[in-house]
Amino acid sequence: MRQLFKFHGGVHPPTHKTESTRTPIAQAALPSKLVIPLHQHVGNRAIPVVQVGERVLKGQVIGKPDGRLSSAVHASTSGTVSAIDTQLVAHHSGLPDLCVTLIPDGKDEWIAHSGVDYKQTPHTELRHRLREAGVVGLGGAVFPSDMKSYSNKHKIKTLVLNGAECEPYITCDDLLMRERAGEILRGAEVLRELLYAEEVLIGIEDNKPEAIAAMRQAVLDDGHKYMEVIAVPTLYPGGGAKQLIRVLTGIEVAAGVRSTEKGVQCFNVATAYSVWRAITYGEPLLSRIVTVTGNVEHAQNFEVLLGTPVNELVAQAGSKPDTDRHIMGGPMMGVDLPSGDVGVTKATNCIIEASPALFPPPAPALPCIRCARCADVCPADLQPQDIYWFAKARDFGKAQEYSLFDCIECGACAYVCPSHIPLVQYYRFAKSEIWQREQEQQAAEIARERHEYRQFRIEREKQEKAERLAQKEKAALAAKPPTVTPLPVAATPNADPDDTLQMRVDADVAKANLQLRIDAAAARAKEQADAAQPKNTESLTPQQQAEIAEIEARRAKLREMASDSGADDEPPKQS
Amino acid sequence: MISALLVMVGISVLLGAVLGYSAIKFKVEGNPLVEKIDAVLPQTQCGQCGYPGCKPYAEAIAKGEADINKCPPGGEEGIRKLAELLGVDFKPFGEGAAPKGKMVAFIDEQICIGCTLCYQACPVDAISGAAKQMHTIIASECTGCELCVAPCPVDCIYMLPIGEDISNWKWRYPVYPIQSAA
Repeated sequence: MRQLFKFHGGVHPPTHKTESTRTPIAQAALPSKLVIPLHQHVGNRAIPVVQVGERVLKGQVIGKPDGRLSSAVHASTSGTVSAIDTQLVAHHSGLPDLCVTLIPDGKDEWIAHSGVDYKQTPHTELRHRLREAGVVGLGGAVFPSDMKSYSNKHKIKTLVLNGAECEPYITCDDLLMRERAGEILRGAEVLRELLYAEEVLIGIEDNKPEAIAAMRQAVLDDGHKYMEVIAVPTLYPGGGAKQLIRVLTGIEVAAGVRSTEKGVQCFNVATAYSVWRAITYGEPLLSRIVTVTGNVEHAQNFEVLLGTPVNELVAQAGSKPDTDRHIMGGPMMGVDLPSGDVGVTKATNCIIEASPALFPPPAPALPCIRCARCADVCPADLQPQDIYWFAKARDFGKAQEYSLFDCIECGACAYVCPSHIPLVQYYRFAKSEIWQREQEQQAAEIARERHEYRQFRIEREKQEKAERLAQKEKAALAAKPPTVTPLPVAATPNADPDDTLQMRVDADVAKANLQLRIDAAAARAKEQADAAQPKNTESLTPQQQAEIAEIEARRAKLREMASDSGADDEPPKQS
Repeated sequence: MISALLVMVGISVLLGAVLGYSAIKFKVEGNPLVEKIDAVLPQTQCGQCGYPGCKPYAEAIAKGEADINKCPPGGEEGIRKLAELLGVDFKPFGEGAAPKGKMVAFIDEQICIGCTLCYQACPVDAISGAAKQMHTIIASECTGCELCVAPCPVDCIYMLPIGEDISNWKWRYPVYPIQSAA
């Protein structure tokens, strides 16, 4: 028996999991339209590569990854792209984001795809395939999986497979483990290969005995070495990556430190499943298991195409009429959806239909009485009451000193707060303010650099210009004697004692010099004019060419007239 | 008596030498306060303070020539930071100096004649273009200082407010109705 560790705190909210585990995973019906957001992952939004009106096949890329930290987005079924515009998405802000709307044609026609044998394929290509298949963490963090499967930076000893699923109501991983344990483990084997991990620890909370049994059986059936299925105590938020790593290995991962630095990497079970499908069958991530529960007739898990509007999905579970909102995710950390029209994304593990009876509005918030119950349950071992205090006072520096960024926003503190204070909102507010300030600081730093460089550049240009001028003058002085030989100014000193005569000679010489210089300048100007080539003559219309020819003819005529009239010293006047 | 005097003179010469040496060795270049003030300022280089850039304003504050409430882009928080740094009282913005929302300049490329006046005015080189060529704003580098708007002879530069979208959205301060706890 493996020794397990404990994390600090934790709570036991009512699990409500049995409602949705009574029936197997059902295939959700093909919806009338798919609203597929192009930003379903951590990192840069995918760039749309299809056009409105274009017919796309199932599995065709509709958004290509933009930059290193990004992921591809695919058409979940075959059909026609009807719009690429901003639509409401599942996000806390309730603001719209870029989505591709797809009208399915019902044929569900696949694009040509093929898998590879991961044992015969270089790791770089495997990672590339994961990126192109749009595989991201399906536990909710949606971090691109290819970025998590690098083995070159740190030696990974343990691969943790997260099947804890600690949040109430959600059962999608439970059902997936019950029904598709074999493929999950094979996907885990691919990830283990990629990371060169020595062991795979599969952590499942002990309130899922069927899943544990199925996974253990699959380990035995396939004869997986290095793999161990471990039942962990049911305790919210035991499914947080840091918490699960702590329970299974005893390693604590602080904020700003990656678990890989400690030799541990963590993947969700559903991610492992999609890794297997993507590598072995070449199937991109087009669907996921979603629990539909709460205020519905028959709560159930569905395999749902990404982009399926929530309204159409919940209708299949029999959403009751008194439902007033949809929660995406669990009741502890979930997002209130801005509308029922938003599409299911890679992060959608659960839709809870909420009604006033099921989720009564929170009791009015009362002042903090500093009972420190929040500190007792905090899984990150923080002092939530103090951080709340500082966030409320907008004393962000102090909040950071109290390790605000170690907070995983699990909501355990708010769950136990006897004053019903929305603590997590305060932490999120403080975090986003701090992030914004950091961004502004960076922007100011860049602006300062650019401004200083500009001033430096202007100064440098000034200097260069001065130098150029000085050099030119020097060169002109040096070049003058050979080209324009000035007549000797005082060729015969003391030849004539008469000063006035001498002065007249000087004036004549100066005049002659001036004339010489004028002639030289005129010659230079003529030379330049002759050397100048006409510009913009590459692509002229015949009409323009005709006009040019006409003008040239007129000029030639004028020149002719000028030379005929014999007015050599008078430039020809145009009249 | 003489020995005591000599000892005192000796000590003062020694200490004087140490002080003199350290004054040369550990000389602080420039005024460090200016750097600190400059770090607080938002670096828009907009000149709304009446000085030709953030650094000159910082120098003026350090000399005590300028008030700390002359920087609208820094917002009230900027004033608070300056007040804290300098150990003076907070001062609200004067009339008509209230900070506006964040903006970015935009060149209407249909109208632009390529006169280069705007990019000569831009303090952070955020305009790209050449003589008689169309100009455009490098939006990511634009500080929204508005210095390019006035020089434009054809009035083709507008200041557009930066709206809130999903990428720059941030969590609000939690506000919930006060209810009587009957």
